[in-house]
Amino acid sequence: MTKESKTLTEERRETQRKPTPAELQWEETVLRKALEVSPERPGGFTTVSGVPLRRLYTPADLPEFDAERDLGFPGQPPYTRGIHATMYRGRLWTMRQFSGFATPEETNRRYHYLLSQGQTGLSVAFDLPTLMGYDSDHALAEGEVGKCGVAVSSLRDMEVLFDRIPLAQVTTSMTINSPAAIIWAMYLAVAEKQGAKLEQLSGTIQNDILKEYIAQKEYIFPPAPSMRLVVDTFEFGVKHTPRWNTISISGYHIREAGSTALQELAFTLRDGIEYVEWGIARGLDVDEFVPRLSFFFNAHNDFFEEIAKYRAARRIWYRVMSERFRARTERARMLRFHTQTAGCSLTAQQPYVNVIRTTIQALAAVLGGTQSLHTNSLDEAWALPTEAAATLALRTQQVIAHESGVTNTVDPLGGSYFLEWFTNEMERGCNEYFEKIDALGGMIPAIERGYPQREIAEAAYRYQQAVDRKEKIIVGVNEYAAAEEPPIEILQIDESVARRQKERLAELRRTRDNRRVTQCLRDLEAAARGDKNTMPYILEAVRAYATLGEICDAFRSVFGTYEEVSIT
Amino acid sequence: MAKKKIRVVIAKPGLDGHDRGAKVIARALRDAGMEVIYTGLRQTPEQIASAALQEDVDVIGLSILSGAHLVIVNRLMELLRENKLADDVLVLVGGIIPSEDIPVLKQAGVAEVFQPGTPTQAIIEFIRTRAK
Repeated sequence: MTKESKTLTEERRETQRKPTPAELQWEETVLRKALEVSPERPGGFTTVSGVPLRRLYTPADLPEFDAERDLGFPGQPPYTRGIHATMYRGRLWTMRQFSGFATPEETNRRYHYLLSQGQTGLSVAFDLPTLMGYDSDHALAEGEVGKCGVAVSSLRDMEVLFDRIPLAQVTTSMTINSPAAIIWAMYLAVAEKQGAKLEQLSGTIQNDILKEYIAQKEYIFPPAPSMRLVVDTFEFGVKHTPRWNTISISGYHIREAGSTALQELAFTLRDGIEYVEWGIARGLDVDEFVPRLSFFFNAHNDFFEEIAKYRAARRIWYRVMSERFRARTERARMLRFHTQTAGCSLTAQQPYVNVIRTTIQALAAVLGGTQSLHTNSLDEAWALPTEAAATLALRTQQVIAHESGVTNTVDPLGGSYFLEWFTNEMERGCNEYFEKIDALGGMIPAIERGYPQREIAEAAYRYQQAVDRKEKIIVGVNEYAAAEEPPIEILQIDESVARRQKERLAELRRTRDNRRVTQCLRDLEAAARGDKNTMPYILEAVRAYATLGEICDAFRSVFGTYEEVSIT
Repeated sequence: MAKKKIRVVIAKPGLDGHDRGAKVIARALRDAGMEVIYTGLRQTPEQIASAALQEDVDVIGLSILSGAHLVIVNRLMELLRENKLADDVLVLVGGIIPSEDIPVLKQAGVAEVFQPGTPTQAIIEFIRTRAK
């Protein structure tokens, strides 16, 4: 990059660097000569998030670095090097492929297949009506039933979804947010019917409403009652499901909406702070409930930027929990996370190239110390994955785990000048964002003013411009395009899925004890109006086969619904 | 006489909330000198048709990623025909649309479908050439 085009960040960085005489001498002699003979490629060197990078990192880039303080050892504060002393030499990460489509029967078959292929945990994708709290027979569900995930409208659907899957033994992650408490209650009810005890159950509900307002926009109720429902699940979890993660605080969707890696990290951790504050306000003990908060990050293309992000996440969370919240137990200060490779990085063009992208991204997640991983399928820029594509995605993880050798050593990149500089830089940038959001009065006022939304939209637009100008190359899209592309096989979900779901619901409404349903919904509404924990009431309603839509309607009548102010 | 600005409504129908594409396009068209109205999320075909009528737009751009495009587009085109807008308004669809559905959408009256990876400039040029 030429001197004129240097950014402020770069200039600040240059003036702070104190290179050793040996480094200066190398610059004057070897480097100068090399640049004279063959100049560097034009256009500058930046990450996918636009962070400018030096050609070489040396001890001069780590002026105040204290390895014991900033890295420590794995399984030890500040957890930069990982949360377990032996990392993947002990147990590999959980291979957890996000999956769900069409009816519960079809998705149940896919789960049995994935488990038979060596997948080690389940992860449920629900369709849009379910995510928005509508039953499959609601008018607004038209055209959407079973399309983006599996349709679940009642306990009956949930029983089919987990048929012949022992819930006391598998761990299940469910991507559900606004109606998370209800879907979780359905899962708990199925487990009870199987004879499992609640304290045996292990898994995760996403339940992260803040990132819905910020990025994915699948919200139903306004922020305050939504947060109350989230804290209800925290409180219920502490008492009844000690092995269940009652939230997965997610940066994934923030990144997919177009944020930079730093914004993903900062907004996610600041959301985490918000949840901790709300839990404390309820009277919960940080050392009791925070250990059940988990995180979820994206794995994008820029290899080192991603690894720095994961390492920084652990260190920042440790420091936040120790300093801001005075947590005393290690489990409350230890950041555990799931990773999914970046759907937004996949291309519809030359889809087989997506396997390579996903491999690089998955490798970054593993080198960053993830606890579980989903690898996207090659066809996901087209549709939900076919069985063959989903199998190849799982195989990608198995090759990294068993063939690449990266699992033999804990945090093998630790101590790299570049990576440690980048990890520090992530932490510094993140703290700057925390200050801004704190100054706005916290995450909810920041969201209501559109602050994170605007930052993300801005970054998304900058990236699109860089791609349009070919400053960023996407193989097969703005460079190396193919003249002719053979079509690939894609999964089709037809309208018969909606018909079958509607029939099942009609039968349910006809055969259940409707008086009991009405009573449960009335009790639930009363609980929502007061300040009792709603979870026991939701569980009762679910056990009586009240539907997702009916329960959400009861909440809608008390809480109202949320409309965002669109920012473009 | 100054040329009238092209008026575009960008709409996000269906239940899906992934609005990155809609927002990027809205901004790119605005930067290209067009008048852009972004409807916000979860607009029914009825709301979109009524926005198109009230705002007297030249172009409707739909962003759909959820797989619900056939149901949504058919309903919208029906409403546009009822309101005598179908011949005057250029309807564009962007998002995740399987190639085999493109002829079906065009048959229904969609002028063009832009799949993932389309440069914003291509969309701008298409609108400039085709908008009445």
